[in-house]
Amino acid sequence: MNSKNIWTRLTKGLLQNADDDPVNRYRILRRNIFILMILIAIIPLTIMAVIYQYEYQSSIKTEIVIPLQTLTHKTKHSFELFFEERLSVVRFIATSYSFEELSDQKTLNRIFKALLDEYCCLVDLGLINKKGIQLSYVGPYDFLGKDYSEQKWFQEVVIKGNYISNVFMGYREFPHVAIAVARRTADASPLILRITIDTSKFDNIIASMGLNPESDAFLINRSGIIQTSSRFFGEILDSCPLSFPRGNYEPIVTEARDPQGREILTVFAPFSTSDYALVLVKPKSDVLHTWRVLRSKMLVIFISSVVVIMLVVFKLTDNLVKRVKEADEKRALTYREFQHTHKLSSIGRLAAGVAHEINNPMAIINEKAGLMKDLVAYDDQFRKKEKFLGLIDSILKSVERCRAITHRLLGFARRMEVQLVELDLNELIQETLGFLEKEALYRNIELTLRLADNLPRLSSDRGQMQQVFLNIINNALAAVEDEGEIVITSWEEDSDTVGVSIQDNGSGMSEEIIKSIFDPFFSTKQENGTGLGLAITYGIVKRMGGDIKVKSKQGEGTIFTVYLPKKAKISPGE
Amino acid sequence: MKNLKILLVDDEEEFVTTLAERLELRGLQARSALNGEDALHMIEAETPQIVILDVMMPGLGGFEVLRRIKAQHPQISVILLTGRGSEKEGVKGMELGAFDYLMKPLNIEELIKKMQEAIKSQP
Repeated sequence: MNSKNIWTRLTKGLLQNADDDPVNRYRILRRNIFILMILIAIIPLTIMAVIYQYEYQSSIKTEIVIPLQTLTHKTKHSFELFFEERLSVVRFIATSYSFEELSDQKTLNRIFKALLDEYCCLVDLGLINKKGIQLSYVGPYDFLGKDYSEQKWFQEVVIKGNYISNVFMGYREFPHVAIAVARRTADASPLILRITIDTSKFDNIIASMGLNPESDAFLINRSGIIQTSSRFFGEILDSCPLSFPRGNYEPIVTEARDPQGREILTVFAPFSTSDYALVLVKPKSDVLHTWRVLRSKMLVIFISSVVVIMLVVFKLTDNLVKRVKEADEKRALTYREFQHTHKLSSIGRLAAGVAHEINNPMAIINEKAGLMKDLVAYDDQFRKKEKFLGLIDSILKSVERCRAITHRLLGFARRMEVQLVELDLNELIQETLGFLEKEALYRNIELTLRLADNLPRLSSDRGQMQQVFLNIINNALAAVEDEGEIVITSWEEDSDTVGVSIQDNGSGMSEEIIKSIFDPFFSTKQENGTGLGLAITYGIVKRMGGDIKVKSKQGEGTIFTVYLPKKAKISPGE
Repeated sequence: MKNLKILLVDDEEEFVTTLAERLELRGLQARSALNGEDALHMIEAETPQIVILDVMMPGLGGFEVLRRIKAQHPQISVILLTGRGSEKEGVKGMELGAFDYLMKPLNIEELIKKMQEAIKSQP
C-alpha cells in the first residue's frame, strides 16, 4: 500500500505540468527534466551492464570448465594406463611361466628382481593356488602359506580373471593396492599371481596436474572412500563428505558447497576398468577470479558513469531552467513595456480625436465672440460697452486656454516629429537649466553639475531632449525642500551609449508610486500637474532607442538615470 | 488691402460665415465656400487673391483643393487652417505651395497679418 502511494505520488509529480503550479513552476520543471534525462541516460546503461554481465559470466564459465574437464580426463587416463600396465605385466608373467616355475621361490625372486628394475612401486609378488593358499612369495612380509580362500577378492579374481583392489593399509601402515590375475593351467585349475604396489605413483600423477594450493584432486572408490590423500576432504580411507552423481565414464562437472561452506566446482571422472574415480575440486572464487576482477571494474565504471551523468544532467538542467526562467522574465518585462506603450498610444489617439473635435466648435465660439467684440467695438452708441468688451474678452481668454490644452494633448498624441541634429548633451543640459535656474536660486537649491569632459556628441532631437531633461529636473525641483540639492552627472556608458543621472535629496517615492510614474495622467502634484510630463519623457527616451531608470528611497531622494544612444534609433510612431 | 478678394473654404458654415462677416467689418471682401468643389468653381468665377483653406473637409480634401488651385492659378496665395495642431500638416501644405498655415481656433489679427505678408510676396 505504502509503495503504491509513493508510486502514485511520483508519477503524479512527473505528469504534473509545471505551468499548473506557478509558485513551484521552475522547481517542478527542473525536477521533471532531471528525472527524465537521468532515466533516459541510465536505463540503457543499466540494461547493457546487466546483459554484458550475464553473457560474460556464461562464456567465462564454459571457458573455465572445459580445461578442467580435459585435465581430469587426461589424469584419469594416466591412472588407467598405470593400472593397465601393471595388470598386463602380471598377466604376462602368469602366462610366460609354468605353475611349477612360479611356485619355486628362487624363480619368483628372480622375476621380482627383474620387475623391480623395470617398474616402480612394487612391494611384493606372490603365487596363490586354487585353494587360496600362498605357495610362493617375494616381499617384505611373511605371507607364505597364508590362506586367502575366504577373502572376497580371491573369489572375484577366480571368476573375473583379474582384480584391482581398493587402497588398503598394509602392515606397515602404508597405503597399498593389490593387483591379481588368474590363469587357467593345463589341468584347468587356476593359478593366481598377485602383486602389491604402493600408491606413491598416485601422488605423482596427481601432482603432475599442477594444481594451485586452493584446488584439490584425489581418487575415491565407489563407496565414497578417499583413496589418495586429499588436501581438504580427509585422509586415506576417510569417507568423502562430497557426493557425486553416478553416470557414465565421462567427467561430470557439478557445482557444490564444501563442508566449510565454500562454493566449489567439482569434476568427477569414474574409471572404466576399476572401482576408482578421480575427483578434481576447485573453489569457485578461484575459477571466477578473473570474472570477479572484471565485474568490480565494471561496477566502478558503471557507478562513475552514473555519477558523471548525474552531475552533467544536474548542471545541464540547472542551466536550461535558468535560461527558461530568464526568457520568461524577459518576456514578462517586454510584455509590460508593450502594455505601457500600448496604453500611451491608445490614450494618445483618444486625446487627438477629442482635441480635434473640440477645436472646431472652439473655433466657432472664437469667431462668434470675436464678431460680437467687433460689433460692440465699432458701435459708438452701445451702452455698457466696457462691460460687454470685458465679458467677450474673458470668453476669448477661455477659448485661448482651451486651445492651449487641446494643442498640448495633440502634441502628446503625435509624440514627436523628430529632427535629428548633432548636439552636445552637456550644453543642452546647461541650456535647459537656464529655464529653471531662477526657481533654484529663489529657493536656495544647490544645483551641482558633474558633466563628463569630452562627452561624445549625440545625434538626436534638440527639442525633445530639452523636454526630457526639463521634465525630470522640474520633478526634482518639486521633490526637494528649499535649500535642497540636485546633482546632475553625465558620462559615457559604453561605445554606443551616454548616461545622465539627475539625483535629488528630496522626499523620495514608494514602490507603488515608482510603478506608476510613467503612466499618463498619473501625478503626485494634485492640481499642479497634468500627469503627462514623465509619460512624455518616457515615450521620447524609448522612441529614441534609449532607456530610463528610477531608483528612489522614501525620505532620502530619487535618482533618474537616462541612457541615450549616441545615434538615436527612431522607432516608428503610432 | 481694401480691394482684396478673399475666399474662405471650410465645411463649418457657422465658422466661415462669422469669419467672413468679421473680415468684411474690417473692409475686406470675403466670400465663403462650404466644400472643395464649390471653392474651385468660385475661384474660376471670381479669381480671389487669397484663399483661406481648411485642411479637413469631407469630399474634396484641403490638400487636393490646394493642389488644383496651385496647378491652375499659381499666383493665388493659400493660407491653410488646421484643427489638429500638427505642424506636420502645415509643413506638408507648404511643400504643396501653401503660403503659410494657422491653427484653429484662429486669432484674427494673426490672420490679417499673414494675409498682408502674402499680398506683399505676390508679384
